[in-house]
Amino acid sequence: MSKVFIYPTNSLILSDLVERFGHNPLAIMSKIREKITTIGVDSPPLNITPKEPEMGLKYAAVEVPAGVRGRMALVGPLIDDAEAAIIVRDATIAFGCMGCARTNELTKFLVRKKDIPILEVEYPDSDEDGQEFVYRIADFLKSLPTGADTQ
Amino acid sequence: MMTDELQNEDTITKIVVISSDSILPADAAMRVYESETSITIKETCFGTMVTGPQDVVERVVEELRSLDRNHIFVKERGFSPGDERRCRASRGGGPRPGFHFLREEVNMLPMIGSALDAYDAHVPLEKKGGRTEKLGISTLMNIIESEL
Repeated sequence: MSKVFIYPTNSLILSDLVERFGHNPLAIMSKIREKITTIGVDSPPLNITPKEPEMGLKYAAVEVPAGVRGRMALVGPLIDDAEAAIIVRDATIAFGCMGCARTNELTKFLVRKKDIPILEVEYPDSDEDGQEFVYRIADFLKSLPTGADTQ
Repeated sequence: MMTDELQNEDTITKIVVISSDSILPADAAMRVYESETSITIKETCFGTMVTGPQDVVERVVEELRSLDRNHIFVKERGFSPGDERRCRASRGGGPRPGFHFLREEVNMLPMIGSALDAYDAHVPLEKKGGRTEKLGISTLMNIIESEL
């Protein structure tokens, strides 16, 4: 079972496909859960404290806006853990709730810089595209090592 | 809804999105009610949200998925259902943060579901001529100039 980083980091489709083909999706939701259930934090409502931009310094320079560094404090550790990645290019909906185009750019840059298998696809807009999208992701995920291979 | 139990670190929430012609969200919810008592579920317009101890939620979700494997999609959710920081009831209405993204992807699920059916049936991928390219800047400029 490989740890597969997904971008957009909160994607239902990617998270489901990775899990469906027997791997572990590295998605932002688990980080958010960790963040909001950790006891003893002092900055409600989202428990983002001045510590996060500090942690983000590992991934972005000090002159980068605190918002980017704060987000990287959540996304960065996922990239560090990644053993493979699936990136959806030109995902316009990734800008909005995720909120920051610069963080998105930095995320993709850091993933591409890492020496791991990466699949880049585009969201489908027709049945044929959908088939290609699923087939490429499925073949990619099947090519990754599973737990059975390593034992 | 926001009980201490839900705040437990071992407690997880999964969103189950149903994009099936044969299963309704209500059917899925009934299946969950029948199977487990230690979890909380919430029916939503796109499916259900299941909250509870990790191992139980994973078992229930797997059971739900088996109802229509290629047309039921699952992802984790950071916040539990009814969490005041996300719930519309306490935020004065409107879509909750994250809803628009989910809705965009839910619109694609019929395509993904039928593609998964085809993949399972080993239907070969139809090769096509590639995507329609975006209009280049120089082409656009030519069009503008030709209009003049």
